[in-house]
Formats: sequence, C-alpha cells, structure tokens
Amino acid sequence: MPPKRHAASTTSATPSAPAPTPSPAVTPKLSSGPATLKTNASVAEIAQHVWQQYASTTPQRTLLLDAFMVFLVLVGGLQFLYCVLAGNYPFNAFLSGFGAAVGQFVLTASLRMQTSDGGSGSKPSSKGKNARFVDQEGEVQESTSHERAFADYIFGSLILHFFCINFIN
Amino acid sequence: MAPSSLNVMLKGSSGRSTRGLLRVIILCTIAAAAVSSRLFSVIRFESIIHEFDPWFNFRATKYLIENGFYSFWDWFDDRTWHPLGRVTGGTLYPGLMVTSGVIYHILRLLTIPVDIRNICVLLAPGFSGLTALAMYLLTSEMSTSPSAGLLAAAFMGITPGYISRSVAGSYDNEAIAIFLLVFTFYLWIKAVKNGSIMWGALTALFYGYMVSAWGGYVFITNLIPLHVFVLLCMGRYSNRVYISYTTWYALGTLGSMQIPFVGFLPIRNSDHMSALGVFGLIQLVAFAEFIRTYLPGKEFQKLLTSMILLTVGLGFGGLVLLSVSGVIAPWSGRFYSLWDTGYAKIHIPIIASVSEHQPTAWPAFFFDLNFLIWLFPAGVFMCFQKLKDEHVFVVIYAVLASYFAGVMVRLMLTLTPIVCVAAALALSSILDSFLVASTPSSSSEAKEKPTAEDKSLRSTRKPVVGIYSFFSKSVVVGSVIVYLLLFVAHCTWVTSNAYSSPSVVLASKLPDGSQYIIDDYREAYYWLRQNTPDNAKIMAWWDYGYQIGGMADRPTLVDNNTWNNTHIATVGKAMSSREEVSYPILRQHDVDYVLVVFGGLLGYSGDDLNKFLWMVRIAEGIWPDEVKERDFFTARGEYRVDEEATPAMKNSLMYKMSYHNFQSLFPPGQAMDRVRGTKVPKESPQLNTLEEAFTSENWIVRLYKVKDLDNLGRDHSSAVAFDKGLKRKRATKHKGPRVLRTE
Repeated sequence: MPPKRHAASTTSATPSAPAPTPSPAVTPKLSSGPATLKTNASVAEIAQHVWQQYASTTPQRTLLLDAFMVFLVLVGGLQFLYCVLAGNYPFNAFLSGFGAAVGQFVLTASLRMQTSDGGSGSKPSSKGKNARFVDQEGEVQESTSHERAFADYIFGSLILHFFCINFIN
Repeated sequence: MAPSSLNVMLKGSSGRSTRGLLRVIILCTIAAAAVSSRLFSVIRFESIIHEFDPWFNFRATKYLIENGFYSFWDWFDDRTWHPLGRVTGGTLYPGLMVTSGVIYHILRLLTIPVDIRNICVLLAPGFSGLTALAMYLLTSEMSTSPSAGLLAAAFMGITPGYISRSVAGSYDNEAIAIFLLVFTFYLWIKAVKNGSIMWGALTALFYGYMVSAWGGYVFITNLIPLHVFVLLCMGRYSNRVYISYTTWYALGTLGSMQIPFVGFLPIRNSDHMSALGVFGLIQLVAFAEFIRTYLPGKEFQKLLTSMILLTVGLGFGGLVLLSVSGVIAPWSGRFYSLWDTGYAKIHIPIIASVSEHQPTAWPAFFFDLNFLIWLFPAGVFMCFQKLKDEHVFVVIYAVLASYFAGVMVRLMLTLTPIVCVAAALALSSILDSFLVASTPSSSSEAKEKPTAEDKSLRSTRKPVVGIYSFFSKSVVVGSVIVYLLLFVAHCTWVTSNAYSSPSVVLASKLPDGSQYIIDDYREAYYWLRQNTPDNAKIMAWWDYGYQIGGMADRPTLVDNNTWNNTHIATVGKAMSSREEVSYPILRQHDVDYVLVVFGGLLGYSGDDLNKFLWMVRIAEGIWPDEVKERDFFTARGEYRVDEEATPAMKNSLMYKMSYHNFQSLFPPGQAMDRVRGTKVPKESPQLNTLEEAFTSENWIVRLYKVKDLDNLGRDHSSAVAFDKGLKRKRATKHKGPRVLRTE
C-alpha cells in the first residue's frame, strides 16, 4: 500500500543519499565566498562575483552537465535563429528539433538538481513566513539517489526522443 | 473470522497485512459496484449504443477494426457531409477507438471472440471501475487516513454526475477520458511530491493518452500550470516542482502534438499559452534560485526585481503582439463562452443550440452529486488547514471546476472527481474523529479506519467534552450512515431513471403499468437501409447525422461533427424556406430523402419542430436577408403551429413535412399536437416537391422522397394541381392513416 511503500523507500533512500554526495556542492547562501561583495555593487560586479563563485565551487561532474546544457542552449538558439531568418518551412522538423533541445535541456537541468543539490534549494518551507506550512511529519525523502536520478533521466530522454523522431516526418 | 481472532488480526504487524487485504477486497467490491450499477440500460433495453456521438465512435471503431490502423489514420469519409466529405482520420480524437480496438485484438489473441459492439457498449463501465481505483490512489495522496481513499473511490464509483456519461452503451470520449483525467492528476501529485523525472514522464505519457481521447485535455493543460503558478506565487518553489513541471511540459507537449487533430495547436492556440508561459517563468525562477545560492540577499533582491520587470514586460508585450498580428490563433469560441455565458448565444448559435452547452441549473448540482455537494466546501476547508502542495492543487481544482460546472452542463463531469475527493476528506475525518476517539472497544465498525490523526475542531478545543461517550458517537456515526444510505439510494434511483435511457429506443408506461418500447428510430433507419440504394443521400437536421451514418449506413449532408457551419445553415435554410426555395437546394445537394422527427402524435418533445427555431437562427446567421427569425413568430411574439401560425411558418418545408397528412388520423377538425398542446389546422399542408416515403409506427420519424423533375417540364405545383384536378377520387383514397409507399 502506498503509505507503507513510502516508508520503505525513504528508509532505503536516506542511507544511500548522503553516501554518494561527498562532492561539496554549492556553499550555503550567506557564507562568504572567495571574495566578499560590497553592499551596493553594480550589476556587472555582482555577475562577476557569481561567476567566480561558480567556477570555484562546482564539482567536475556538474561542470560537465553544465557544458552539455550550454551546448543544448546553443543548438536550440541556432535552430530558432534559422526559423526566424530562413522561414519555418519544415515546421514539423523545426518543432521536433527545437523541442528535443529544450526537452533535453530541462531534463539535464533536472538531473543536475537531483545530483548536485547539497540541500540548497530543496527545503522550500524553511524561510520565515512559509514556516507555518511545514507539517508535523517534516519533509522527508527529498533527495533521490544518483543512480535513480540517472535512470529517470534515461527514461525521460528515451520518451522525448521517441516523440521527436515520430514527429519529425 | 471469529470476533476473538479479529482483535489479533487487526493489531500489530499481521494487522497491517490484514488491512491491506481488506483494502484490496473493498476496492474490488467498489469497482464491481461501479460496473454493475451502469448496466441498468443493458438490462432494461438491450446491448445497444446510445444517443448520437457514440454512434459515430462505434462506426469509426468498426472502420478501424476492418481496415487497420494506418488506413484509419488516413480515413477520408465521403459518406458524411455529402458534397464535401470529411477528413475523419485527422479530425477526431482516436484514443477511444484505438483503446477498444486494442482490447478487441487482445481478446482475439486469447481466443475469446467478443463482438466489437459488446466491447464498445461495456467499455465505459469497465473504465469506470478503473476510475474508482485511480480515485483511491489520488485521494490517498491527499490524506493520511486510509478511509478517505476508499470513500472517494466509492463516491466516484456511483455518483450520478459521472454515471451520466458512462452508462453501458454510452460509448463516448468521456468514457475513458475521466479515468485518464483522474489518473493523470494522481501521477502529477506523485511527481510533485517525489520530484522525480520518472513520475513527470509518466504524467506526460498519460497526458498524451488523454489528449488522444478527449478535447477536455485543455483542462489539464491549464490546471497544472495554474497549480505551479500558484505555488510559485506562494513562494513554494522547489526543485521538485521544477523537475516535475518541466518534464511534464516538455514531454507532454511533444506527446500531444503527435495527434493530428491537435497538431500545432499547443504552440499556436491561446488556450495552451498559459502552460508555455509558466514553463518560461519556472525557468527564470530556477535560474534565479541558482544565482541566489551564490549571493547574499540584498544584491539578489536587486538583481531579481530588474530581471522580473524586464521579462514580464517582454513576455506580455510579445504575447499581445503575436495575438494581434495573428500568429497565435484567437481563443476558440467554446472558450469564450466559458467566460461570458452570453457570448455563444449572440455569436455562435450552433454552440448555444447544444443542450449540454447550456448553463447549469442549480438543482442539477444536487441531482448529480447529492450530499457530496455540501460536504464539498468542508473538504476544501480542510485542505486549507493542511495546505501542502497537493492540497493547493485540490483548492485550485475545486475553484476552477465549480465555476466551469456552473457555466456549462457538460463540465459537471470535471467537477465530479474533485467533489468526491473533498467530500471523502471531510467525511473520513468526521468518521475518524468519532469512531476511534477514545477506546478501541467501539471499533467493530472502525476496522478499516484505524488511525485518528484529525480531530474535529470542537474536540481539539475542549478535549473532555463528551464526544467520547457512546451516545454522541452513535448519533454522529448513525447520521452519517443514514446519509450514506440515502446517497446510495439516490444514486441508484437517478441512474435507473434518468441516465439509463439509450434515447434511440424510448420506453413508456402503458396505463396498466407495463412497459411499452417505442422503437421508431430503428424502424425508420432500418427501412432506409433496406429500401434505398446504397448511396441515397439523406438530409436531416445534424442531430441525426451520426445515427443515420451508423444505423442506416447512408450518406448524410450534415452530422454532429458540425465542422462546417455554412453547410449546416444550408440545411437549416432548406428546412425553413418555402418549397420553391428549398427544392433547388435539395437538387443541388443530390438529396434523395429528407428525414424529419415529429413527436406530435406521441408527445415526444425532442422533435424537429421544437428544434426548428435553432435551424432558423443558424440559417439566419448566414443568410440574414432570406431567413428571418421574426417571421416565425406571430405578431404577439408567440411560436405557434396552429391556425394562427405565421405564413412563413406554414409554408416552411419543416412544417409541411411534420404535419403532412397528420389530420387524417383524427376526426375532422380534431387534429391535436400533443407536444405543443394545440390543435393543428384542418387542412393538411400541400407538399408539391416531396412525397411521403415512410412514416414509422408512432409517427416519430417521417421520411420524404424528393421528387425528380417533372417529365413534361412543368413546375411541381402545377403538376400536382393537374393531378388533383383529374384524379380527385384516387387521391382521397390514398389518404390512409399511413402511407407505406416504397418507391
């Protein structure tokens, strides 16, 4: 029954979840990075700061995923540009190509979230005014294991590409 | 099991498995009850396809079975919409037909030869059993109490609001679509809770199936983004929401575009734009959250506000620009009529003329949902108390669906699931509080409801007030049981009396109480099938198009698909004009027979004369100069068919066909129309260009053959006058009560 299986899955997931995440992931919010920031910095400075933080704290595997995502954005952007400039004649083909890029992008982003969250974005209800929504049982089973996340990723990608190939004409 | 061993079995670890087993048994029983209560129509009448649309689905299913999937996909139907034809394969939702086709082939594989008609008739009850199971799963996600899920499943199984569209024989898209709707929502809740790609992808798959089955998929397309949007506004963004929503949207949109009828709509039509907008929004929010992990709060705020302003401005401007320039199709008419109930009446008479698009009357809510309708607000309130992500979903769904159900009768169907969920939540918390409040001694009835997390408000405020006494418990539980029993009785009564009529076959009671079956429709359709050439074109009002196609297997001019308003208006014009105007129209469209439905003899109120004003209105929409609605009302604004009927009315083809020879059934001057309750004129209307071909036993269906051009080149009226002048005697002899001339 669902509640029971719930309990089983959480107990099996929680020991395995911390084990493969020694990768430090991202530093928590207010902790100081390599360079501290002035209070009224310009937008460019903020961006600079973010970039430095990102480059210094992201683990290798996540960087790989990010590179793939950037590549997908480029592919999607290129197709969109073509569509705008040269017309959308094989519209099916454009849609499935663009859809494949977008879909793969969000799937990869999801995978990245599941594998690299050090608990940063995954506790939504711990910030002040939302605290009253926290129920008594507490939020459990937040993190899935990396293997499970990757299997899900493969599953989603298979469906996505099946649809795309079917739609491409 | 003995009562002594009962206690042992319900406690501890073996108790859990016992409860699991009990739950399975209860669910199976509920599914069985859901199926069997839908079989009234089969028992009362026979295994027959009901109403109008199911006849088309049935015909399409037969085509699919005979010709295979690929030719079904490319099916061009030249036997409907006579001169035009219809690209049927590309303009239908194939989910229903494919489902029953698959079931048919699986049964064939298992060497169980079942007639395709029986599969079609029993598909809806079968799926209603599955709906009950899906409902259990959905409600179990909302509540920790296991009784809520079971109650919701039971409610869903027998509530008339759902039975109305899923009795045996009503082989319509809704039959499987409600199951898919509930199950998709279950998967969605599961996805939001777990935040895994797999659940999101499953949601998308079932969403795709739903798209292939029913046009109401737009409801899901808008509800899920709205849920996400509200979550975002409440500041409850999390990775789980991002993962499930983006997976669902990316896969689901591509999946929905696989259906030819939907095609590019998900990116063109404004109905789908909210999903796209929320998809873009959640990307931005996710990116903002990502940035936030690297930044202290103050700078982040600054960055965020500028970003939000920029994107909202850009997005809104872009949407307006695209809508104005016409890249995005305007909102569809049915959608407008959801917001402005008067819209359809003014602009699109064909939508307004369908009775299920009318606004809902208040008693209908109680009729369809009984006591669930007053438990519904209580359940919604309890969702506010907990308000986790899934409860937000229930609240949004409840608000939206109850608005829509008030606008259109048929959308009562989408309201029903959420009413069942909310009512089950409320009722289970009442039962849990009162059955298991103090001691397990009173738990002989409480064996399926072992937990009591939720106390009612009173009991938490004053925990020692005497709800623990046996008396108060028995009063509350007793009254709940009475309500439940009344509910069951009401559902059974409504199902057997209101929703189980096939409307192809009518039933009435004779004075001595015995049942009298009125089978005029099938009589007339069968006459057509037997006595007319295979490609004789039948003109009838569009309501009967699918039935003529399905039962008589003859080409029709218009049918219930209503894709071409002008063509329907042409038929309306032919029906509402003088014979001299109508005859050329009939000739131009190769019409061989004209079919009218006339209930005046029997008092059957759904006949063509009562629908006549819609024909006039629809025709007036296209030819405002030639057909005027005002001409059909008397000077005092009455719609009359007796001596004082207006000349336009008396000369219209519909009027003449309805009352042709009707007077000969009665003594002179006594002819009585029982539907409209008036006397009809003494003289039978003179038909010149048509001749009566067939009239069914109770005069419900009348068929007229369109005369060929006159041999001597006269016009028809003078030819008829000539015939009358010469052979007055034979003409009177012909005026029998029923003229069964078979050409």
